[in-house]
Amino acid sequence: MTSSSHQPLSSPLQHNVVLNVRQLPSYGHGSRSSQWWGIMGFCAAEGTGFVLAFGAYFYLVFINGVWPLSSKPPDIYTSTFHTALMLVSLWPNYLTRKYSEREDLRKVRRYLVIMSVLGTALLALRAFEIALLHTKWDHNAYGSIVWLLLGFHTLHLVTDVVDTIILTVLMFTRHGHGRRFNNIGQNSDYWTFVVAAWIPLYVIVYLFPRW
Amino acid sequence: MKRTSFVLLLSVSLAGCQGWQSALDAHGPAARTLADMFWIFTAVLGTVWVLTLGALLLALRRRRAAGTDPLATNPAIERRMTVVVSTAIGMTFLTVLALTGISYGGQRVLYGHKDGTLTLLVTGRQWWWQIMYEDPQPNRVFTTANEIHIPVGEPVLIKLESADVIHSFWIPNLTGKMDAITGRQNQIQIQADRPGVYRGQCAEFCGLQHAHMGMLVIAETKEDFERWRNNQIASAKPPSNPEQQRGMEIFLSKPCVMCHQIRGTDAGGKIAPDLTHVGSRRYIAAGTLETTRGNIAAWIIDPHGIKPGVNMPTIQLEPDEVQPLVSFLEGLK
Amino acid sequence: MTHTLAPHDAALDAVPKPTRLLTGQPAGKPGFRSEADAPPNPRELRDDQVDGPELTARLVRTWGTRRGIIGALSTVDHKIIGKRYIITAFIFLFLGGLAAVVMRMQLARPESGLIGPDLYNQLFTMHGTTMMFLFGVPIGEAFAVFLLPLMLGTRNIAFARLNAYSYYVYLFGGAMIWVAFMLNIGPDVGWFAYVPLSGPEFSPGKRVDFWAQMITFTEVAGIAVAVQVVVTFFKMRAPGMTLDRVPLFVWAELVNAFIIIFALPAVVTASVMLIMDRLVGTHFFNPAEGGDALLYQHLFWFFGHPEVYIIFIPATGWVSAIVVTFSRRQAFGYIPLVLSMIATGFLSFGLWVHHMFTTGLPQLGASFFTASSMLIAIPNGIQIFCWIATLWDGRPVFRTPLLFVMGFFFIFVAGGLSGIMLASVPIDAQVHDTMFVVAHFHYVLIGGNVFPLLGAVYYWFPKFTGRMMSERLGKWHFWLAFIGFNITFFPMHISGLMGMPRRVYTYLPEMGWGNLNLISTLGGVMLFGSFVLFLVNVLVSARRGAVAGPNPWDAGTLEWAASSPPLPQNFDRIPVVTNREPLWAHRNTLPVAAGLSVENREVIISTATSGRADLKESSPEPSIWPFLAAIATTITFIGSIFTPWAIVWGGLPTMITLVGWFWPKGNKEDEA
Repeated sequence: MTSSSHQPLSSPLQHNVVLNVRQLPSYGHGSRSSQWWGIMGFCAAEGTGFVLAFGAYFYLVFINGVWPLSSKPPDIYTSTFHTALMLVSLWPNYLTRKYSEREDLRKVRRYLVIMSVLGTALLALRAFEIALLHTKWDHNAYGSIVWLLLGFHTLHLVTDVVDTIILTVLMFTRHGHGRRFNNIGQNSDYWTFVVAAWIPLYVIVYLFPRW
Repeated sequence: MKRTSFVLLLSVSLAGCQGWQSALDAHGPAARTLADMFWIFTAVLGTVWVLTLGALLLALRRRRAAGTDPLATNPAIERRMTVVVSTAIGMTFLTVLALTGISYGGQRVLYGHKDGTLTLLVTGRQWWWQIMYEDPQPNRVFTTANEIHIPVGEPVLIKLESADVIHSFWIPNLTGKMDAITGRQNQIQIQADRPGVYRGQCAEFCGLQHAHMGMLVIAETKEDFERWRNNQIASAKPPSNPEQQRGMEIFLSKPCVMCHQIRGTDAGGKIAPDLTHVGSRRYIAAGTLETTRGNIAAWIIDPHGIKPGVNMPTIQLEPDEVQPLVSFLEGLK
Repeated sequence: MTHTLAPHDAALDAVPKPTRLLTGQPAGKPGFRSEADAPPNPRELRDDQVDGPELTARLVRTWGTRRGIIGALSTVDHKIIGKRYIITAFIFLFLGGLAAVVMRMQLARPESGLIGPDLYNQLFTMHGTTMMFLFGVPIGEAFAVFLLPLMLGTRNIAFARLNAYSYYVYLFGGAMIWVAFMLNIGPDVGWFAYVPLSGPEFSPGKRVDFWAQMITFTEVAGIAVAVQVVVTFFKMRAPGMTLDRVPLFVWAELVNAFIIIFALPAVVTASVMLIMDRLVGTHFFNPAEGGDALLYQHLFWFFGHPEVYIIFIPATGWVSAIVVTFSRRQAFGYIPLVLSMIATGFLSFGLWVHHMFTTGLPQLGASFFTASSMLIAIPNGIQIFCWIATLWDGRPVFRTPLLFVMGFFFIFVAGGLSGIMLASVPIDAQVHDTMFVVAHFHYVLIGGNVFPLLGAVYYWFPKFTGRMMSERLGKWHFWLAFIGFNITFFPMHISGLMGMPRRVYTYLPEMGWGNLNLISTLGGVMLFGSFVLFLVNVLVSARRGAVAGPNPWDAGTLEWAASSPPLPQNFDRIPVVTNREPLWAHRNTLPVAAGLSVENREVIISTATSGRADLKESSPEPSIWPFLAAIATTITFIGSIFTPWAIVWGGLPTMITLVGWFWPKGNKEDEA
């Protein structure tokens, strides 16, 4: 562009080929793939949501002084068993991921089935836990925040278990190859997030009121 | 043309320096500190603005040769610009540091607690101010609405609460504002150093009539204040003529008594302004209407025409009931 | 004054050896095979086998959008979606502006009976809500959606179908709240909807619920696009584009995306708690049952302060781009500019309590926030000084984009300085919640976002449409806007100091605010008129503006290598980058990478920091499922305003549409 007139540069630039990408792989595992970064992004957003909800919980503790407000703390046995099962599930989860990176269909199918079963069991346990909270959401602010935390996490649990089951089914169809192994790795990463979000929640909701 | 517009701008700007709800027209030590701070900040930051925009305008006049490669740079010029920019950043940091220090000083003046003899409990309500004068002797405690009197030269402690939503108590001539928040009690101190009438207004959006939730603070000499207080403590004066007597009977027979209190009568409602000495107040309807016969009548007959959405219902009055009722209320001095 | 400039060393732009430009790493783990490493199908045509117009035509067919309504609803072309986002955001800007004009008409005279308090309260709520949620955040993301792939040298944005979905969700959420307003059930509690006023006791009915749910819509859309921006930035850059060669606008959008990801969850938490208090009887904000009204304020402003930086930071990207191009010189202080934006992003999370200085919080805590609020002036200052330095050593070209950037400097700097006043607790105690604050934030938001935005539209209009906007109308537009803006908002500093609170639908004649308000109203009419003039310029230029080539401004960044408007594939071959300003370094021939498919949608995935080509991934094909999923999501969200069970019976169709979306269809993209 000269200073006085704006003669548009009309012709597109010539190409000088300096690189050939023909041989590059068509997908990659772990952080090589763009989807991994997407999952991490959503974990960051949802993790922030959890952190803020924990913050709100402690804020309410701080301004009230006495805690829990006129209820007994939630039942500890079911929740501890649930937490232990979650931690146990990390092992088949890790194996699912490992074999998905090796693109080993048989092993991946096996461990996905195990994760689906574990996930469903955890969902059932979650239903019990909610029934044994000893408070309701409209009882007082304590009941409200406990139900919010449990509900938020349960939403994540439900979506991941459903996602796992769908992926399991998928791997038994003709689509079970190639890029799908990448998706399985991401689902495993997300399950790790779901468990990681649960641990502080368990401490805050079930153990802290007893201290 | 230019001079006229400059004068116009100046007069418009300076108009803010006086006024009965102006933050720049300080009538108390706190407001004075705040106004001084404001002018210091304006001077410093105004200079920063002029310097920055001046540099910009100079930059626009300076030009490289035409046709220069946009990627070319002169190392000497880059170095010089680096020095200038770094200096500017350093000066920005120092300016900000200085202003922060001044701010902390002002904060200490504003929120420092001083001992006084008078404590009020002000409760913000949609859309008026309930004011209770506390006293160690229970029989000297009284409640009024929308108009506060204080003695000159003393700090007055005000405890702020809210009966419904968040309001904000603000008397710009005397000090900064403080919110009245549901479920907690805040405190603010006000002090006037000369007698005067100072207007305040709710400063936190609180619903339909947030715009009409004003109040007055009247600072007077200690003797005048004590005289006012003793009058307020006393119950309502009995009616002094038959018209006022008739007015009182009308008042007591209407729904008014469900919300309003007039001490010394059977009217004992607690959810609307206390009317025991309403005639002595300069404004009614939370600083909206001057207390005149016409305004009192208008307010009773059509509150929703004046403050749409207000909680006061429309009272059915026969035409011959208006004058006596107004005379009665006006006489409650 | 003559001075010798060191000529740019051409050797610096020599293209490195191919081994430095790609990783060459196979996908399979050592000892194991991966389908990803299978050699490319020899029968599939690639762009190293065909050239010229034939290459262009084939790529257009592969990357193009089908005609017709289904084609339009299924498109995943970031340029089409980006244009929709921009146009929709501008429509909301106009709607919000109309609300403001009506408000100003009411305030022009004391006790004007033009509109009553109920409508006025709805108007200022809709004005603020629309400007902040439906315009301010989306417009920055909209420009990112359109420009990022072009500036980074790739063919589409990451997660292209999510892009389509997020646009529809944004559109439906914005439409929902405006329809509610038209039906007289619009929100009326201000754009930040403090409790208890917005709670179940003092705002019965559904008005506030529509507001709170609109937040959910825009939050979902906003976070989705933010994640796309982050992924596109890190994984889809052209080979050779190391982090220090990324354009400043793209850095701005990256910082913006991170702020969005960490800030938006706070407002959603606040709005979900509010909906629950209103709908199912929770007590988060009920002091009588252990809750607290200030919890809402903390959660809201933890979002609310970063929100204004979400609105401001993309604008610093626009300013950087325009200053560089119209100074005819590369940016001075690229590294400080990038670091300033990152610092601003981090610092913005540490200021929120300055919105709560009058709530009675402990003074020690408030002091911390005074310091942090003042401190953020420093990275802002660094940017201003670097821009001025760039202009100083450059050769400014006074066209409309630069005029608007000048307007930005005048207005935004003034707004920033009044912000320093507000950072001081004592001063804030007087001016908080008055028209002074209204003046401040309009100076920083209109000066800081809208003026750069208008400059950006004049700058990139040739790229979006292939035509130039009228310079003559542009200059008239600028002056009308600049003068109109200042006449509208400067007097508000004064009326605020004179005691006029904000959000008042009227005021008494004896307050003495009448003249100032009248002046503001006249200015407001002028400002609105400038927007009408802008609209005229846009519409006339789109049809009859001078035809623009690929690079009418002789700018340096990659989007100007594509045609105007760009073809669906953006570039016939992916560029290889050796300089921050690729088109200034390579004026005649562009180094490119070949080997991508011509028959199927493929993009290069790069490494995160060094920008080396790592994979050639398939890019999503058009699909109707994002649209259907958005419909299902809308039904779920709107239903949950009326009953919590909507989450269950709305969740089911949502899940079905998501399955339809993600289930592989046996086409190239999924089987790759």
